[in-house]
Parts: sequence; structure tokens; C-alpha cells
Amino acid sequence: MAAPPLKLVVVGHVDHGKSTLIGRLLHEAGALPSGKVEELQRLSERRGVPLEWSFTLDSLQAERDQAVTIDTTRFWLTLGGRDLVIIDAPGHREFLANMVSGATGADAAVLVIDAAEGLQDQTRRHAYLLRLLGLEQIAVVVNKLDLVDFAEARFRALEQEARDFLAELGLEPRIVLPLSARHGDNLARASANLAWHEGPTLVEALIEFGAAAPAEEAPLRLPIQDIYRQEDQRILVGRIESGRLAQGDTLLFSPSNKLARVKSLEGWPGPPPESAGAGRSIGLTLDRPLFLERGELASHVENAPMLANRFGASLFWLGVEPMVEEREYRLRLGTAEALVTVERIERVIDTDSLAPLAADEVQRDQIAEVVLRSPAQLALDDHARLPRSGRFVLRDKGITVGGGLVLLRGVADQRRAATGRADNLTLVSHKVTQDARAARFGHKGGVMWLTGLSGAGKSTLAMAVEQHLFRKGYAVYVLDGDNVRSGLNANLGFSPEDRVENIRRVGEVAALFADAGFLCITAFISPYRADRARARAATPPGRFHEVYVSADLAICEARDPKGLYRRARAGEIGEFTGISAPYEPPLAPSLVVDTARQPVEACIEQILGYVAQHFATESGAA
Amino acid sequence: MDRLDDLEAQSIFILREAENRLTPLGMLWSIGKDSNVLLWLARKAFFGRVPFPVILLDTGNEFPEVYAFRDRIIKEWGLSYIDAPCPPVEETDPSLPPKARAAARKTLGLKRIIAARGFRGVMLGIRRDEQAVRGKERVMSPRDAAGGWDFRHQPAEFWDQYNAEPPPGGHIRVHPLLAWTELDVWRYIEREGIPVVPLYFSREGKRFRSLGEKDITFPIDSTAASVGEIIAELEASREPERAGRAMDHESEDAFERLRAQGYM
Ligand SMILES: Nc1nc2c(ncn2[C@@H]2O[C@H](COP(=O)(O)OP(=O)(O)O)[C@@H](O)[C@H]2O)c(=O)[nH]1
Repeated sequence: MAAPPLKLVVVGHVDHGKSTLIGRLLHEAGALPSGKVEELQRLSERRGVPLEWSFTLDSLQAERDQAVTIDTTRFWLTLGGRDLVIIDAPGHREFLANMVSGATGADAAVLVIDAAEGLQDQTRRHAYLLRLLGLEQIAVVVNKLDLVDFAEARFRALEQEARDFLAELGLEPRIVLPLSARHGDNLARASANLAWHEGPTLVEALIEFGAAAPAEEAPLRLPIQDIYRQEDQRILVGRIESGRLAQGDTLLFSPSNKLARVKSLEGWPGPPPESAGAGRSIGLTLDRPLFLERGELASHVENAPMLANRFGASLFWLGVEPMVEEREYRLRLGTAEALVTVERIERVIDTDSLAPLAADEVQRDQIAEVVLRSPAQLALDDHARLPRSGRFVLRDKGITVGGGLVLLRGVADQRRAATGRADNLTLVSHKVTQDARAARFGHKGGVMWLTGLSGAGKSTLAMAVEQHLFRKGYAVYVLDGDNVRSGLNANLGFSPEDRVENIRRVGEVAALFADAGFLCITAFISPYRADRARARAATPPGRFHEVYVSADLAICEARDPKGLYRRARAGEIGEFTGISAPYEPPLAPSLVVDTARQPVEACIEQILGYVAQHFATESGAA
Repeated sequence: MDRLDDLEAQSIFILREAENRLTPLGMLWSIGKDSNVLLWLARKAFFGRVPFPVILLDTGNEFPEVYAFRDRIIKEWGLSYIDAPCPPVEETDPSLPPKARAAARKTLGLKRIIAARGFRGVMLGIRRDEQAVRGKERVMSPRDAAGGWDFRHQPAEFWDQYNAEPPPGGHIRVHPLLAWTELDVWRYIEREGIPVVPLYFSREGKRFRSLGEKDITFPIDSTAASVGEIIAELEASREPERAGRAMDHESEDAFERLRAQGYM
């Protein structure tokens, strides 16, 4: 005994024979309670139909009336020494939510196709979902062969069609079998009617399928579920989704990016284990008091999850209201929760033809690829790499409206940027005070952070303002792409990670200038709020001034001083802000300078006025 | 990890989710084998201490052995206990068959205790394999203010993301043992040495397989006098577990109607 049972989901178009197949399997396995077959016979007679195996499953009155299965149900049985749990998933399109609820727990699937009707809408839609849910062990069953006189040619034709369709999805069925579920041909016994079939029976095939093993070899992922205070200890609890951990291991918590060592594993009753692997619900204590909350994801330092607040996803939609761009939903990933905004619906996929549809919303039962963003950093894994920590649900008004897989291709890891100053550095304090510096220079130190689209006028304004202020005696300096990229950031390219790092370094350097008493002006597109928020956090409080250099895209594109827009439109430059990557305007800028509506001189005056007001020392401006 | 480890880890995960997200939370303790397993799992999940009250829906009509067992366990395990008296049968839906009306008393008792204590979460030891209608249940199942269960429009539940948000005025039924079978329960009782009411063991050729009220639960023929023997008996048997419960057999849909009205 003791091996976990194989969880099998049976899917396919309505009336293609799923319930019948399951009823028959239960009967063959001797799993029906005594008296059940007689009850079925009575029920069928009462309704004037031949023995209906599908009635076995129809435990609800309502189902019997409609003669369709309406929710997932599970059945336990043993076939050829193998424990199975069969999950019956309904065929009706509007019951996708139930289908998903059932199929997500499964290790393998049986896809039932009616020999007379062939592949139908739901056959295709279910197959697509199987792929989305990561089910790779699939048996295709061509059922009701009795209706086509057990013709081999018909079976072969459908087999080919099914294989071709699945191949388009990147799926390969383990086996394709001919069957008559109602009469039991090739179910548990080979049938004379199918003498041409050389392969195994369905039961023989199922016994070969394996239960999904918990991923102990994969990188460690432990979502923190809760923290219990017991006596003077704090016990972190959660279930290990993948990997192993042991006493003494150093754990990295994301997104807070904190480190601590495992002091002990906790257990009740009896002595606690020294290590634990995937699938276990555990408790542990740490060697230092960290402030951690539910939603943190523990990993080892190597193979940590990515930190990002913008990522791609492939998802299925269950909501009655369609998913639309710029709408917020509540994301749940492991034990973490966050608000996310749908930044872009890249494409909606028609599950019948697999063709991408042009659409700006995702309807119920549709599948789509989207880009999501969140104000907060999230700890993410690509679904292809770590399925259990790379999937999420979206909720709206208290219910689950969609499920998705995380796609991290092209996403910037912001962990380096999040690291901040190392906690264990003792900061040496300067003997020169801020006031002394301000007195020397005649103005306060600080950062004027210019942000805006390429072509909005940041560099032009920055250089002009620098010149004016310098003449007036200010200690002023501009950081822009040219002087930073050639030295400090010479080792950075234009990958998403490098762009984040580029801005992080600029933020840190600007903060040093400010600390030195300088007025530092920066001129970078810096399209993401998160990046700018980090630069603000690097600067002493009150000394960071965000200036939104605003001009709409059409105007910037018309100006196109460096010809970059033209190249971006031509596809020569990827991820170009405004064209193929987003720009997140400041929510509460200190100053808005509208270069589209006023001449450059007026803009310069506007900034100089702001500086005079905000950088003046108590004793008067320079 | 074997099958029992797997089930244990999953149930502990659910218990901890419920405790984190649903306050106040209570657990129905029928004092039967399933709810004892659930209590044991709670002690594992919370390191020896059960952090929520356990509730007996008391018909006043349980077996004396059940009451005796209850008193012993409350003391030994340091439980916070709530006795929830069930209203008399006259207050139940008169259109239900008579045995089902007796069971409906518990539904009323449950509704009252939920209202009195303002529970947002109620944990129960039901299993999917017990009864076909229970096969449709979710791990976390929202109930409206009237306690009703709309099995046709249940919210989706997958990837262990449960619906832990009660509808206005309603509550969430939490079912940590949904994936267990009767055999799993006995095998786990054997492995962990969990105490059960002695009525489960054969005396004079009869034993109880499922415990309900005195006058609507009947013993089955059995010589199984130990946990090991019960396991052997079940491995050989195909009788449904609730065969000894009269209310399930009155009409095709009696149990479904009971549940739609809020029965466990
Ligand atoms: N002739 C024939 N009819 C079948 C076979 N399997 C199922 N059916 C019938 O097809 C109808 C729909 O089957 P059911 O199992 O309810 O389909 P489901 O909707 O996929 O669960 C029922 O009337 C079955 O008796 C088969 O192998 N041969």
C-alpha cells in the first residue's frame, strides 16, 4: 500500500460518454456498493432506457433530470493493484469553473471522444485546459465504436485528428485507444469486436500512469502561512511546495529580502525532524528575530525566486464580468496577496481554432496572455520552471475569477535593486553637518529628478537649468545617460535587469551629491514608479523632488530628435518606452513642466522658480 | 511521503489557512472517529494546543459512551468546549421525512450556535467518500446568511486557493478531511494511536460503523474488535458506510435536501 493514489480526471465533450466510462470502471473494479447495479437497472427501466451506467454518478436529483453531470465528483477504486481517484469533470461549457476545480488536482487525464461525432468544441477546449493546467499524462479514448460498427478506419482517422490537434498544443498523448464504454469493449477486457486493436485495454494503460511526485529535487520554496507565538518562540509555519530544508540552512525571505538561519524544526508530538521535503506542512524557528509576515516566500540564497512587479501570464478567465485593461484584481500566489492591474491584454486565444483573436477584453471561458503589474514587489517563479510557485489566481469581489501561469521571459529581476544598503555596515557620521554645507553653498542639497518620455525635453531643460544655476553660484550637477553610461554604468546594457540597475545606481549617486550639499539634476526616462520610489528612498527625507516633464507621445514622436521612435516603430528597438513598453507617470509629482504647451524658456523659468523656493537656506537664497 | 503523510500535510495546511483567515472559528466535534482525527490534526498543526473551541451539537440523545468519552478528552487535551443544545423536533421542517427531521434538529442547533457566537468559520470532519452529495463539496464552502448551500453555483476552488471570504451575514464551512476515505481514517488512527469511542469495536457480534443519535443509528454485524480488525474488515467490504443511518434511505433526495438546508 502507501503510494499516493493516481488522480485521474475524465474530460471531453458533453454526452461523449464520460459518466458511462466512469460508471463502468467502478463496476469493473468492484467498487460499486452491493445493490448498486440492481438499482441502476431499476432506474433505467423506470425511465424506459437500456442500462445507463452514467446514472451511477448522478447522485443528485437535479442531474438525473437534466441527464448531465454538473459538478466534479470523486470516486475511489483499485484497478490491478493500483489505487485510483477518478475526478469526473462536467462537459457543459458554463461549468468551466467546476472542470478547473477538478482537473487542477489531477495527475493524469482521459480525454473521451465520441466515435460518431468526432472532436467537438469542448473536446478542444478541455484539451487546451489540460495543457494550461500542466497535465501531461493523457490517454485519448475514442468511445462508442459500436455506433460505427467498430470500424478501424474511423478510429484511425479520429486518432490522427486528435494527435494533430494535441501536437499543436505541444501535447503528446501517452496512448489513443478504441472503446465502447457502454458495452465494456476494451475497457477491462480485450474485445473480439476490436480484434484489429493490438494495444492494451484502458485499464492496462491507466495502471502504467504515474502519480505526480512531490518535487524534492527542485529549488526550495516555502510560502509562509502564519507565524505562531509560543512561549517566547516565534514559529513560522507553511507547506514546502518544492525542495528540502534542514536545520542550520540559511533562508532568504522574499520579497522582504531578509536572511536568517533555521534554528530548529518544530513538531508535535514527539521529537521534531531535522529536515523536511516537498509536500510537508512544517514549523520552524529562526536564529534571529526578523519581522516577517504571511506571504513571504522562503528559499535558499541560490535559486531564489525573481522579484518583479511587472510580469507576463497565461490565464483562463472564469469571471462573469470580462477582464479588461487597467482594471485591478486581487492576486493570490502561494500565501502572498497583492493588488495587480492588467496592464495589457496581449492576445485572447480562441480554444476551438487556437487562433489569436483581436480583443481588448477576456470573456468568461476564454484563455489569454496578459501583462500584469503591481505596486509592490512580488516573489515569482516561471511556471515552466517551478509549477507550484509559478501559478496564481485572481479574485474579484471575494471570488476566484481566473487562474494563471507566470511567464518571466523578458522580466527584470529587481532583487539587486531591492538589496539596499547592507544592514551590517556601520555608518560613520560626518563631522561636517548638513547645515554647515548649506551655509557654505548658500542653498540646500537635494535631487531634482526629471522623468518623462524620450523627446519630452528632460536633457535640454536639465542642461539649461544647470547653466543658469551655476552662474548664480549654485553647486549644481546634471546626471544623464551620457555621463553615467560611459563610466559608472559601463557594464550595463539594455536588458530589463540592467535598466533597473542603471536607475538604481543613478538614484544612489544623486543621493550622494545631495548629501554633499549639491543640487543634483537627473535626466532619465525612468518609466517605472517603483524605480523612482527607490531613488526617493535613497535620498534623505524631503530632499527628493520629482519633476514630471510632460509631453504626449504624439508630440515626442514628432520631435524624435534621435530618430529613436522611428526605429522603435520599425521594430529595430525592442521594449521602447511609449511604444512597446509602458510609461508610468508620477502620481504626485512635486512639479509638472508641460513642454508641449509652453516654450522652453517658460519651462526653464518654472523650474528656476521652484528651485528658488525649495532650495533656499533659512538665511536667504543664493 | 506515503499516502497518509500526504493527507496529513494537506489537512494541516487547510487547518492553518482556516485559523489564519477566519475569526472567530469553531470546530464541530461529533466525538466520532472523523472529528477525533480532525482534532488530532489540529493539535499537530498548532503544536499541541487547539486554538479554537470545539462544539458538540447536543441532541441530548447521544450514547452514554459518547458523553463519557467527551468528558475524558476535554480534560486530557485541554479543549475549550461549547455545548450547543439542539431545538426539539417540532421546530424542524415538517415536510421532511421523520428520520431526516431528527437529523434536521442538528441543523437548527448549528444555525443557532453560529448566530450566537458570530462564527465566520466552522470546521467539520466530513469526507467526500461518505455520501455522494458530499462528493460535491469544496474544501472551503461559503454558506449564505440562512446557512443554505448552493451546490450548483459554487465558486471555483483550485491550486489550494480557498474561498475564505464569507458572504455577508454568512459563514464558511471548512472541510479539512474532504480527501480522506474511511479506510484512510482508520489507518491513521492506527498509526497515530488516536483514541476513539469504544462503540466502534464489536461487542456480541455487532459494532457501530458510524455514530449518530441513539434511536436513528444502528450497529452492523461485525466481529472487528480492534482498529486492526476494523481495517481488515473494511478492506474486504463493499457496504457503504452510512448504511446504518436511517435518514439516508428514506427517499432518493432526502440527504441532498438536508444539506441544501444547512446539514453537515
Ligand atoms: N452506443 C453507445 N452509447 C454510449 C457509449 N458510451 C456512452 N454512451 C451513451 O451516451 C450517452 C451520454 O453518455 P454520458 O456518459 O452521460 O456522457 P457524458 O456527458 O460525457 O458524461 C448515454 O446515453 C450513454 O449511454 C458507448 O460506448 N456506446
